[in-house]
Amino acid sequence: MIFNNLARHFREGSKSVFRNGWMSFASVISIVISLFILGVFMFLSINVNTITNQIDNQVQIRVFMKLDTTEEQRQLVETDIGNMSEVSKVIPVPKEEGMKLLQESLGEDGKDLLSGYTKETNPLPDSFTVEVYEPTAIAMVAKKINAINETNSAKPIWKVQYGKGTVESLFKVTQTVRNFGLIVVAGLAVTAMFLISNTIKVTIMARQREISIMKLVGATNMFIRGPFFIEGALLGILGSAVTLGLLFYGYQQLITHFEFGLLMIKLVPLQDVWLLIGGTLLGLGIVIGMWGSTISIRKFLKV
Amino acid sequence: MIEMQDVWKTYQDGSHALRGISVCIEKDEFVYLVGPSGAGKSTFMKIIYREEVPTKGQIFVSGFNIGKLKHRKIPFVRRNIGVVFQDFRLLPKLTAYENVAFAMEVIEAPKKVIKRRVPEVLELVGLKHKAASLPAQLSGGEQQRIAIARAIVNNPSVIVADEPTGNLDPETSWGIMKLLEEINFRGTTIVMATHNKDIVNSMRKRVIAIEHGHIVRDEARGEYGYDF
Repeated sequence: MIFNNLARHFREGSKSVFRNGWMSFASVISIVISLFILGVFMFLSINVNTITNQIDNQVQIRVFMKLDTTEEQRQLVETDIGNMSEVSKVIPVPKEEGMKLLQESLGEDGKDLLSGYTKETNPLPDSFTVEVYEPTAIAMVAKKINAINETNSAKPIWKVQYGKGTVESLFKVTQTVRNFGLIVVAGLAVTAMFLISNTIKVTIMARQREISIMKLVGATNMFIRGPFFIEGALLGILGSAVTLGLLFYGYQQLITHFEFGLLMIKLVPLQDVWLLIGGTLLGLGIVIGMWGSTISIRKFLKV
Repeated sequence: MIEMQDVWKTYQDGSHALRGISVCIEKDEFVYLVGPSGAGKSTFMKIIYREEVPTKGQIFVSGFNIGKLKHRKIPFVRRNIGVVFQDFRLLPKLTAYENVAFAMEVIEAPKKVIKRRVPEVLELVGLKHKAASLPAQLSGGEQQRIAIARAIVNNPSVIVADEPTGNLDPETSWGIMKLLEEINFRGTTIVMATHNKDIVNSMRKRVIAIEHGHIVRDEARGEYGYDF
């Protein structure tokens, strides 16, 4: 019995989705826009969280030498850095070890990818990992290390990096963007809701006679509402399905095309997050759709 | 079956449609409701099928206090009341059969029961052969028969008909009256609002006359007492 009704509501609801073509389209688009933005923020924050966890909590500076630096020069720089009072530890990372670390960070794929490089053709520079006593001094120490180039005519230092500051500011930026984004998403969701309620209003208007006869012969309110709930839910599902398609495709593209550009920051693989993001967006889509239909039912269908 | 006790109905614009109606209609009765336009006939009927709620007073249908009914109980009371209109109110995109079946589907009757009951009712109204026709392919009289079939398909104990012959020629009207009388013989109470003098005067039934929201006449086998 219940399944009978459900089939009927489903039939009627989906009919309306197609009958109100453009209105349905607008509603779906508005859902897509709001959910898409939300999805982007979800991907962003998941990745930022993972990255911050990935990166060691230690405050470290990485100093990369020029490729043609001699062993002598390298040792000289090591001593110079070691003599700074703020520095607690200087760990040399020869290029062979750098290669090993790189291989580890790339995982299975990386082993094959980098197997072509031998000891002689290793393209990585020698480097140091520098630790400091006071995290707040890190920027100053990095500057000082950079300054070694000025006193040393060989200018042996290629690049000085300190990861944590970058991550922190990245985190701060995304936090702000996320808060702002949530407001935008909430606003868009409300807009989507009203568009849906308008779409369903059109259905209710078109079916006034049918509804009045239903009421007259004693159909229950639940029964009369059924198709409109389904219509709202369908619009929500359609919207979130389109959104998820776009998001997942885009993210997969991002992973495959930019993995090497972002060697230091590895994106979270899609299969780890699709369920969470898919479930959230689909659920939200349905809620927005049903909510929209509830509004119009209450307003226009005095049952 | 239907009992009104001092029923008043005042609309929001301040007009008084009913001013203290008290009446009792027994089971199996056939009642004409007559009176000039705007006298309150339609409101009288709407209060029976709970389209309107009395401003004051009480109305009982089959023992239910209709005015005080909880919202979610209204549908179940309405299943006991069939309504027929002057303009038929069929769904234009559904066939005759589907229009009648619709009334059963929406109260969630089992498919088996629908399949058995709808042909039965179409036969009763004499339109079994037109089951597959759309309303537009039917004459006015035939459409009204389908509307009546829809009203009785769920076996209501009361039929409320608001000028069911208003749009029909005299001969067709007569056929509809015969049908309503047949339904009444089978045990359904019928309340029918009408302006048709000939019908009221030749098919003698109880006549309740309303004017300015008051009952001005109530005769067991009355006649149409207005000249409009």
